[in-house]
Amino acid sequence: MSQNEKTNWPLWEVFIQSKPGLSHKHVGSIHAADAQSAIENARDVYTRRSEGTSIWVVPANAISASSPDDEGEFFEPANDKVYRHPTFYNIPKGVKYL
Amino acid sequence: MDENILLENFQKKVDAEIKVEPKDWMPEKYRKTLIRQISQHAHSEVVGMLPEANWLTRAPSLRRKMILLAKIQDEAGHGLYLYSSAETLGADRQDLIEELLSGKAKYSSIFNYPTLTWADIGAVGWLVDGAAIMNQVMLTRASYGPYARAMVRICKEESFHQRQGFEIVANLANGTPEQKEMAQDALNRWWWPSLMMFGPTDDNSPNSALSMKWKIKRKSNDELRQDFIDRTVQQAEAIGLTVPDKDLKWNEEKGHYDFGTINWDEFFEVIKGNGPCNQERLSARQEAYNKGSWVREAAKAYAAKKQVSKAA
Repeated sequence: MSQNEKTNWPLWEVFIQSKPGLSHKHVGSIHAADAQSAIENARDVYTRRSEGTSIWVVPANAISASSPDDEGEFFEPANDKVYRHPTFYNIPKGVKYL
Repeated sequence: MDENILLENFQKKVDAEIKVEPKDWMPEKYRKTLIRQISQHAHSEVVGMLPEANWLTRAPSLRRKMILLAKIQDEAGHGLYLYSSAETLGADRQDLIEELLSGKAKYSSIFNYPTLTWADIGAVGWLVDGAAIMNQVMLTRASYGPYARAMVRICKEESFHQRQGFEIVANLANGTPEQKEMAQDALNRWWWPSLMMFGPTDDNSPNSALSMKWKIKRKSNDELRQDFIDRTVQQAEAIGLTVPDKDLKWNEEKGHYDFGTINWDEFFEVIKGNGPCNQERLSARQEAYNKGSWVREAAKAYAAKKQVSKAA
């Protein structure tokens, strides 16, 4: 832990929805004393050209993530299940709307 | 896992153009190189606000003033995108800022030159941002994901900076003889320092090879410099200004301009801290930081107070 922690504002991860109807997408992070000022700082830093219609901020230390070291095994269960994709199935010629 | 195997896998991944992300294994040297490069880049954006701020109150019209304010705000934003990406590598924001304030960290030497006239604001946008764009477009393809993504955002915004600068210079160049002279004078003073922005020549740039191997960089200093010259000469000609280099000549065979020798002694002197404005820039940053301390403390106190009243 850094000796400077007392002077650093906490870190927030910033997610922005670019248009109504779309998902919020991670754009970067911001330091701010509290959630409200994090949202305002995020607006000034990440949406100066109308890039957003909504902002989420999440304390960076509240995010849990999968580990890149286990990526292979972790996602392996999905790799051999081609039958989950529509292209797996044979459809007789001439059949439409399927 | 064995360090050599990790290193080999890392290189395979970089060669396959798969981005490196914060939690992935990476060589310590890759991490350190990136923290140094990204934080220097961030510091440059922040210090870069100062030469421009010099003309804010004297911008010749409200239109120019609003544009300049927006541009300066963008530079602050660029600094923040970059600090944020350096932090994903484990750097501490406060440490980085303290390194800048203490004079330990470097920033682009170009910002140690003064903006003497309004035409300099044009030249900064046209040449300095123009040179930065050459570098930054390359960096949108850097192997480190968060850096590359920050660069994409920055590049989108930089092209406005360059065009507004060129517009200022073009207007002056088409104005009265005095205005044209002012534009030419700005070009004369900013041309060579802008070429120095790409860094030492390739045979004098020891860290470049590794950065290229790890795809942090994809073009050498000399290649980027040549690209910049090839593009910019035509822009100067279009507005009737003369690039201040008597050796500048189109080389049909190479398909590039030949150009004169850069004064590298000047470059290394400025880097060492002996440029015209090094001291001024550093004290301006220190003063701004110190004067802002009450804001940082007040915001923290307010956040703590709200936390308490929420709990009650």
